Amino acid sequence: MAQTDASLVQSRNEGLGARLSDTLWRRPSLLLFLLLLPPVLWLGIIYLGSLFALLLQSFFSIDHFTGMINYEFTLRTYAELFTPANFDIILRTVLMAACTTVASAIIAFPIAFYAARYAKGRWRAVFYLGIMMPLWSSYLVKIYAWKLILAKEGILTWALEGLHLNWLLDAYLSLPVVGGNSLSVSVTGTFIVFVYVWMPFMILPIQAALERVPTSMLEASGDLGARPGQTFRHVLFPLALPGVVAGSIFTFSLTLGDYIIPQIIGTSRLFIGQAVYQHQGIAGNIPLAAAFAVVPIVIMGFYLWGAKRMGAFDAL
Amino acid sequence: MKQTFITAVVSSITAASVATGSLAQMTEIGEGEGELSIVAWAGYIERGETDPAFDWVTKFEEETGCMVSVKTANTSDEMVALMNEGGFDLVTASGDASLRMIAGKRVQPINIDLIPSWDAVDDRLKDAPWHTVDGVHYGTPYMWGPNVLMYNTEAFAEAPTSWSVVFEETTLSDGQSNAGRVQAYDGPIHIADAANYLMHHQPDLGIKDPYELTQDQYNAALDLLRQQRELVSRYWHDAFIQIDDFKNEGMVASGSWPFQVNLLQADDVKVASVIPEEGATGWADTTMLHADAEHPNCAYKWMEHQLSSNLQSDLSVWFGAVPSVPSACTDGRGMQTQEGCDANGLAQFDQIKFWKTPVAQCESQDECVPYYRWVSDYIGVIGGR
Repeated sequence: MAQTDASLVQSRNEGLGARLSDTLWRRPSLLLFLLLLPPVLWLGIIYLGSLFALLLQSFFSIDHFTGMINYEFTLRTYAELFTPANFDIILRTVLMAACTTVASAIIAFPIAFYAARYAKGRWRAVFYLGIMMPLWSSYLVKIYAWKLILAKEGILTWALEGLHLNWLLDAYLSLPVVGGNSLSVSVTGTFIVFVYVWMPFMILPIQAALERVPTSMLEASGDLGARPGQTFRHVLFPLALPGVVAGSIFTFSLTLGDYIIPQIIGTSRLFIGQAVYQHQGIAGNIPLAAAFAVVPIVIMGFYLWGAKRMGAFDAL
Repeated sequence: MKQTFITAVVSSITAASVATGSLAQMTEIGEGEGELSIVAWAGYIERGETDPAFDWVTKFEEETGCMVSVKTANTSDEMVALMNEGGFDLVTASGDASLRMIAGKRVQPINIDLIPSWDAVDDRLKDAPWHTVDGVHYGTPYMWGPNVLMYNTEAFAEAPTSWSVVFEETTLSDGQSNAGRVQAYDGPIHIADAANYLMHHQPDLGIKDPYELTQDQYNAALDLLRQQRELVSRYWHDAFIQIDDFKNEGMVASGSWPFQVNLLQADDVKVASVIPEEGATGWADTTMLHADAEHPNCAYKWMEHQLSSNLQSDLSVWFGAVPSVPSACTDGRGMQTQEGCDANGLAQFDQIKFWKTPVAQCESQDECVPYYRWVSDYIGVIGGR
C-alpha cells in the first residue's frame, strides 16, 4: 500500500512532460494533429494564403493616373487580358512554351535512352554529372554566357566565319518571325536558351521512365519481327510516355513563368512573366499583374489534368 | 441620438482633415529623428562605398545624426509604386512620376522658407511645372540631364544632326543601313521622343508639347514608333545591357543617358553623344516628401543638404548630370567644372523638354491622351501591334 502511494506521488512529481506523453500515447490522433499542424499551417497560410491574396487582387482595378488601387470588385482587369496587345503576350508565351517542350523532348529522349540503357559504371556517373552540372551554376551567368555566344559579334558568328558558313546564319536570320538582326535579339535565340536551360528537367524523368522498361520487352518485340522503328513506336515510346509528359510539365511550366531569359535574349516583346513583373513592379498595376499571373495557373491546371490522365505522375 | 452621432462623425472627420491640413506643410524644423529613408535612382545617393571619392552622405549623417537608408528604384513607375506602398520619407522623382504622386496625395507640400539655400536653385527650375502645382511647391530640385543621342563614331563620320537615324531607315556613312543597329528606350515615355521628332518634321500636326498629345497627334507618334520597331532589334531599359549591346551587338545609335556614354568612353568604345537639332527629352528629378513621412525634420535637413553641400557638384560628375544649383558648377565645392556642366547639357537647357506625366486635362490642348494609354499602347507597339 505504502509502495503504491509512493509510486503515485512519483508519477505526480514527474509533472507536465510525463502527463503530456501519457495523453499523446492514449490519443494517437492528437499526436498526428500536432505533428501535421506546422506544415499544414505553412502550406495553408504562406502558400495558399498568398495565392488567394493574389486571386483577390485580380478582381480589383487601378486608377490609371494616380496608380492607386480601387478596392471594388470588378471583372474589368480580366477583360483587359483580352485586348490585342495583352492577348498577344499570352499567345506568344504559350507557343514558346509548347515549342520549347517539344524540342526538349526530342533532344532529351536519345540522351536519356543512352544514359538509361548503355551508360555503365563510371560512364553512368559522368552522364548524371553532365546532366546535373548546368543546374549547379548560376542561372543568370548561363544566360549572359548565351548572350555572348549568340551576339552579333559573338562566339557563334566568329566560329561560323572561320568555317565560311556565315551565309547560312545570314540566310536563317533573314527569315521572317524566327530571324532578326542577330541570334541574340531573335525569337530563335530565346528558344535556344529556353531549351538549354530546362533540358535537365526533361532528361531526368525520361531516364527514370526508360529505366523501368524491361529489356525483355524490347527483345520480345524484335523477336516477333518488329523493326527498330516499330519497336520504338509501339513498345518503347508508349512505355516511356509518362516520363516525357512528366518532363514536359517542368519545361512547359518553367517557360510559362520565366521573365529573365526573354528580357536579356530576344526581341523585347513581352512574355507573361515579364508582363507580371512590369505591371506589379514598374507600373504598380497589381490587379493586372495578378490577372496575368492567373493565366499560367489556369493553363497548368488543364495541362496537369491532361498529364494525369496520361499517367505522368507515375513517373515522377 | 442619431443626430448627435452624425454630428460626432462629421466633427471628427473635420478634426481629422484639419489635423492633416496642419501637417500638410511644416512651419519649423525640429530636432532630427535620427533616421531618413530615401527612394532614389541607382547611383544617386553615394556614401563612398562604390568609389571613396564620391560621398555625399557621411558628412550629412555626422552633422545631423540622421542615418540615411536608400531603396533604389529602376523606373519612375517603380518609384510611384514604392511611394504608394509607404514607409519612406523622400523620393528623387522624375517629372513623369512627380505629378502622379501629387495627384495621388502621396507627397506633401514643401515650405521653401525652411530651406535656406532655395535661392541658389536655378531660376528656371524653381517653379517648374513637374513639382509646382497651383503655386504650391511639392519638392526640391535635385538633378537634371538630357536624353542624348549616343552614336558610334565609326559608323558616323560626322555627328548625326537629327533623331531621324533612330526613327527612319537610312544608310549610314559606313555604307550600311541603320536597320537592326539602333535601339530605343523601353518605357512608354519614349512616345514623347517620337512626338518631339514629329514636332519638327510634321508641323501641320500642330504638336505644341510632346507630353500633351491629342488623339491624332498621338496616333502619328505611334505610327512613327511602329516604323521604328522595324529598325530596333532590342529595346533597352537596363543601362548595363545597353552598354553590352554597344560593345557586342553592333549597335551604332540610340537615345541614351550621359551615364552610359561616359562608361563606354572610359572603356575605349568609340562612341560620342549629341543633342540633335530637334532638341531632346530630358529628366529633371525632384526630392519629394512623403505625405506620411516619419522623419520630416531629417527630410528637411536633407533638402537643405542637397542644395548646399558637395552633393550637386560631385553627383553631376558621377552621374553625368547637371546640378540644379548652377553655382555648384563653378564654386569648387566639389569636382564639377563649368566645362563639365556644359558637356552634360547645361548649355542646352532650352532645347530640352523635361519628362512629365501625360494627363487627360492638359494645358495646350482640349483633351490629351493620358498616361495609362501610353503604357498599354507602347507594350503593343513593341509587341508588333
